[in-house]
Amino acid sequence: MPSIVCRNVKNYACNCTNLQVKDGELLVLLGPNGSGKTTLLNAIAGFTEYRGSIQFDGRPIDHIPPNERGVGYLFQNLALFPHLDVAANIAYSLKIKHWPQDKIRARVSELVNMMNIQHLVSRYPAFLSGGEKQRVALARALALSPRILLLDEPLSSLDAQTAKYLRTEIKQIQRRLGITTIYVTHDLMEAVNIADRLAIILEGRIEQVDDPETLLFYPHNQKVSDFIGAPNILDCDYCKNTGQGVMEVGWRGLKIYVPHDGNVVHKIAILPRHVYVSEDKPRGPGVNSFVARIQDIVPRIDTIRIQLDINGNSLLAEIPSHIFGEMNLEKGKEVYIILRMKRIRVFENGNGSYISK
Amino acid sequence: MTEILKNFKSGWGFLTVAIFLAFWEIIARFNLLPGHLLPPFSVVMVEFYQLTINGVLGKNFLSSLIRVLIGFTAGSTAGIAMGTIMGWNKIANRALNPLISLFYPIPALGWIPLLMLWIGINEMLPITLIFICSFFPVLYNTITGIKNIDGDYIKAAKSLGASDLQLLTTVVIPLALPNIFTGLRLEAGMAWRVIIAAEMIAIPTGIGALLMKAESLIRIDIIIVCLIVLALMSLLFEKFFQYLEIRFTARWRPDAIYSMQKR
Repeated sequence: MPSIVCRNVKNYACNCTNLQVKDGELLVLLGPNGSGKTTLLNAIAGFTEYRGSIQFDGRPIDHIPPNERGVGYLFQNLALFPHLDVAANIAYSLKIKHWPQDKIRARVSELVNMMNIQHLVSRYPAFLSGGEKQRVALARALALSPRILLLDEPLSSLDAQTAKYLRTEIKQIQRRLGITTIYVTHDLMEAVNIADRLAIILEGRIEQVDDPETLLFYPHNQKVSDFIGAPNILDCDYCKNTGQGVMEVGWRGLKIYVPHDGNVVHKIAILPRHVYVSEDKPRGPGVNSFVARIQDIVPRIDTIRIQLDINGNSLLAEIPSHIFGEMNLEKGKEVYIILRMKRIRVFENGNGSYISK
Repeated sequence: MTEILKNFKSGWGFLTVAIFLAFWEIIARFNLLPGHLLPPFSVVMVEFYQLTINGVLGKNFLSSLIRVLIGFTAGSTAGIAMGTIMGWNKIANRALNPLISLFYPIPALGWIPLLMLWIGINEMLPITLIFICSFFPVLYNTITGIKNIDGDYIKAAKSLGASDLQLLTTVVIPLALPNIFTGLRLEAGMAWRVIIAAEMIAIPTGIGALLMKAESLIRIDIIIVCLIVLALMSLLFEKFFQYLEIRFTARWRPDAIYSMQKR
């Protein structure tokens, strides 16, 4: 599988973009809407004009038309051909390359088995659910065993549950096939979940490329730090396995429960928007629920950042402005907070590996 | 219950026609209108039968039908071909569009005087007229159909390895089919209206010519027979293309299936 190198790629949306994707790696291209993610993907696939150079495995491909670049592309809206049934959609590229009928049949059946869509082969795209369409589109993109796979926000139109399953599946398939992949998204947690490495693109420029842990802990500059939203990174004093996939970690006298079932946890991270703030004592068992005092309130564009103090430790929370407006929060007030367990990210130290659930 | 309702709904149309025909018969039979101006429906049907038996209707109908078939096939084929080129190729579209916009508004019958002088009064005259009247709408619908195709389908096909020609035959034209069929359907009926008018003005054979002869003999029954044939043929042609549209596109278009059910 080839590596991808973009050197000084520049056009209306990309501003001198340099990027290297390693052989067989899943690199997530992360940035807000309009940051040039899709444009860069289109440049790599050959759909848009650019200056600079793009190479696959050291070979410049700038003058190769899109239909000869050998790139599998999963579009945001999937672009399944509505006039072809599932089998014909998957077989499309094989027919284009004039494969013999029996080979086409064999390859299609291999792909539908891999994606678990055997029961859908004779359906038309208009009669598929979002998740089913996604699988068909992925099978179609993989039919010719492309050297490179480009995924443009493939899960953005799906409900959270389906997206979660498919994300895991995409990652597994990518690993199994060892296919060099660029995965575009604007969702940080989705990115952290799936990426080998993350590339942050802001205003058409690649700001930082690193593994998820380094990126979260050590943003290169203020722009990156602002974009990832200054996660709360907590150093753990101890950790204790409670069984059932939950681990108790100590952070400066507080017990925090995290979804983890593995090695020793050294750090945990939670984004400010996943710290829930409430004026009333929350009902329920009170897992990861603490009392905190408001130290500072900082209004941002459409959110409010709240600096909290828990037993002398500081923690950042972020709530949407309209919700802040309905609450009665002020400096010095005592509030209840919940660290949503599912949203806590867990890091094992040493090998730098990142564990997610 | 819905089945009964559906049957009732489809039967409803026939019922209206039956009531209309009954009214017609009664008004004519009881001389509510002057008898020579409106013969009863039954008399018209008898004349229909007579004209069919003695071959007059068949002969004229056949000449009209052949003209329509040749002119319409040639016109729509040319329309689809040129529409595909213009919808696909921006330069071709920019070059030809002004010319076509100039010719399109001229009603097909407006060409008759010019064509009579150029071609003379022979079979080519009505065929050319039908050609003109089918060419433009099919052309415009084809262009629209191709231009409306979502760019992502084209990108997807390219990333899957399709050359320009493969892209055209496997994605662009199939996706433009619903629009092309709309053009064909509208024009199929229009072709019959134009041929009748052409035959009335210029050609001595065909349903239109029979209509004019009947007028000069004040044979209202024959006039009505000709109009019935015209109405039936327009309807039949439209329904034929509607059938083809459903046959070729409905299986992947839930909207088409829905509107079919509603019908």
